[in-house]
Amino acid sequence: MRIVHYLNQFFGQVGAEDKAGTEPLVKDGPVGPGVLFQELLGPEARIVATIVCGDNYFVEHIDEATERVLAMITDYGADFVLAGPAFNAGRYGIACGAICAAVMNRLGIPAVTGMFPENPGVESFRKAIYIVETKGTTAGMRDGAAKMSRLALKLAKGEPIGSPEEEGYIPRGLRSNYFAPETGASRAVTMLLKKLKGEPFVTEYPMPVFDRVTPLPPVKKMSEITLALITTGGIVPRGNPDRMESSSATRYGKYAIGAFQGLTAKSHETVHGGYDPTYANEDPNRVLPLDVLRDLEREGVINALYPYYYATVGNGTSVARAVQFAREIAKDLISDGVQAVIITST
Amino acid sequence: MTVLELGYIPIEEIEWGPKTFVQDAVLCVHREELIEKARGDDPRIASATAHIAKPGESVRIVPVKDVIEPRVKVEGKGGIFPGLISGVESVGSGRTHVLRGCAVVTAGQVVGVQEGLIDMSGPGARYSPFSKTLNVVLAIDVKHGISQHEHEEALRLAGLRAATYLGEAGRRVEPVAMDRFEVRPPFRRKGENNDLPGLVYVYMLLSQGLLHDTYLYGQNVASLLPTIMMGTEVMDGAIVSGNCVSACDKNTTYHHQNNPVIQELFRRDGVDLRFLGTVVGNCNVTLRDKMRSAQYGVKVVESLGADGAIITKEGFGNPDADAMMYCTGLEEKGIRTVMIADEFAGVDGASQSLADTSPRADAVVSAGNANERISLPPMDKVIGDVRVIEKMAGIPCGSVAKQDVAVELQAILGATNELGFGLLSAREE
Amino acid sequence: MAKEIERAGIPTVHICTVVPISRTVGANRIVPAIAIPYPLGNPAKSNKEEKLLRRALVEKALRALETKIEEQTVF
Repeated sequence: MRIVHYLNQFFGQVGAEDKAGTEPLVKDGPVGPGVLFQELLGPEARIVATIVCGDNYFVEHIDEATERVLAMITDYGADFVLAGPAFNAGRYGIACGAICAAVMNRLGIPAVTGMFPENPGVESFRKAIYIVETKGTTAGMRDGAAKMSRLALKLAKGEPIGSPEEEGYIPRGLRSNYFAPETGASRAVTMLLKKLKGEPFVTEYPMPVFDRVTPLPPVKKMSEITLALITTGGIVPRGNPDRMESSSATRYGKYAIGAFQGLTAKSHETVHGGYDPTYANEDPNRVLPLDVLRDLEREGVINALYPYYYATVGNGTSVARAVQFAREIAKDLISDGVQAVIITST
Repeated sequence: MTVLELGYIPIEEIEWGPKTFVQDAVLCVHREELIEKARGDDPRIASATAHIAKPGESVRIVPVKDVIEPRVKVEGKGGIFPGLISGVESVGSGRTHVLRGCAVVTAGQVVGVQEGLIDMSGPGARYSPFSKTLNVVLAIDVKHGISQHEHEEALRLAGLRAATYLGEAGRRVEPVAMDRFEVRPPFRRKGENNDLPGLVYVYMLLSQGLLHDTYLYGQNVASLLPTIMMGTEVMDGAIVSGNCVSACDKNTTYHHQNNPVIQELFRRDGVDLRFLGTVVGNCNVTLRDKMRSAQYGVKVVESLGADGAIITKEGFGNPDADAMMYCTGLEEKGIRTVMIADEFAGVDGASQSLADTSPRADAVVSAGNANERISLPPMDKVIGDVRVIEKMAGIPCGSVAKQDVAVELQAILGATNELGFGLLSAREE
Repeated sequence: MAKEIERAGIPTVHICTVVPISRTVGANRIVPAIAIPYPLGNPAKSNKEEKLLRRALVEKALRALETKIEEQTVF
């Protein structure tokens, strides 16, 4: 297997801080810590080239530097890429993270780096790549390099990757299934007894902390604005033209309502799989209150109702996907001059 | 003290035959009589067929409505499935025989959209407990024009009748193994060992309308205020599923009969804990109902003198809110809790797993990420209706055909069961 | 969703049944609805009464949009 190794100017033996502006350059074979990596990797993998770039140059020209490094990696026909380890060096950590992420996403080959958990590169890239946890200083070189080598070889061979504790990488924040040795019920009772005795226990799902958005100023004159309707209750034109899923939606729909004074059982239905659909199918206004909004529009309470509504299914749809839907919808609405939104959920 | 003995009759083979009986671990079934008994005199059922599906076969059962374990009451009051098949006498004492290793599966024309599938072999078989049971599958069609509520009920009762009929075959068979469950009054008497912590099981039953209802002694729990029951009552079928929530975390009647939390609390009762009782609650559709049930339920748990409680639920999304209300309510009273929940963290596992959260929920057991996707190869035989696969939860449109179908674990019956029935869990990687 | 639309710059009100979930995920203006299968209706009422009920909820939502708030508010 062919490996390309990325290092900064210091580890790449170009120079100290005064050489931090060095542009990407290639050296044949292993350099500096690369010698140790080659020893740890053994005969099945060979470091064919080392790419060196100054830390300042990289962070000041991230996009360009990434492109140039990627091109060099491609030239050498690498099977996987090692970067760093960067320990607690912030700029170096960002560079290692950016290169590994680009290698994985764009070249489709594995990449591994190593950092101290407080390196800013960790927060930026831990969800996208494998970052082996190292000490803050070069004292952790041998241990970090050993873990990086082992993990990289596993990735390159397509072997299953174990838990962060087993492999030594920093948790990526991704929930991943595995089969536990005991049933959930048994684990629950054991956990509860530990909790009651005051013994340490580990929850299997730490509660997330949700961010907040500062409330926007209110709408000044409702009678002058265009209002849009969105529902997560799965109301779609009858027959479900977009074939929206009843759960775990992969799409949202944008449907014209310009011609409708209200919704009826003939015109619309729900595809939401998470609640009893009888009532929404009988009268879809119970989920998407179009009839009332038409009245309010006619009476001038609002200036206009946006001639489309958006629908998706909240049921089992991941938060990340809902966020993506919302961003796309918001972009659409802003470009069409919508100034307020009502979202209805079941 | 109330005692229930479960006598296990292992079933290692199922075959059709001239009459229904158990001999040498073989369940022989009279096919026509089974169908006749399952149909009962229900005029809503248009047709019914029966099939056998065994572990390892290239068989897919879809859509699955319910799974039921055949049992028969041989001593003690009442009968299996009180309020639906038997009278309403309280059950949970005496002796009950269990045909272990087999199950009745109801399938066929779909009621709604959230029934799931069971693969008897291949990669999907690893995720469903019912890929490992010998299944008698009933595919049932109902008459045109009946309401969805009627449809659901017709299928539910047909499955229970079939399981009762098969259970009868075990009445006179000597069990190979026995479990003894002793239900003690929750309150300590003088001289009793006071050191062990007292635990209560909070058993939330889904009750949200069509396809999302659960029955306790035949009564829909939607109108229930949380109440106490003996752990042994579920073993006699006091709780029956009318649910078609997403298949992965649907608590089938089989799961209720074999509730693993109740089993575990009985097993360790007097060893490292005292099992004080089970509080059944519901999970309704209005905020007011949710709050009423949670607050009332917390009070009942407290009145049992609990030190701690295990909370389980069914389904995801809004039931997460009920579970959090129980959790915060109990923790505020100083009653420590552990909750079992499955996760909906997205296909890549990067999203938040639960719809509702609470800082008080510091001890959660994960039953796995239901959004994880696996690829199921085609099966030689499909029992039920292949066309519904696409409509089912978790299967992207357009992916059904004779080739592999990519599904989320959501579509596999029992994959992420929230009673803690299985081994699947999720961790951060 | 409500949070993300608001983040993008459009004032948003969330009419929903399970208020605790909306609170948790961070909608800013929340109007409690009737029930999960019929958030803006009630099949037990006559058509006319039901529509009045729905109108009252929508009007409340519009008022919420017109109200200045400092933090997450359930109307």
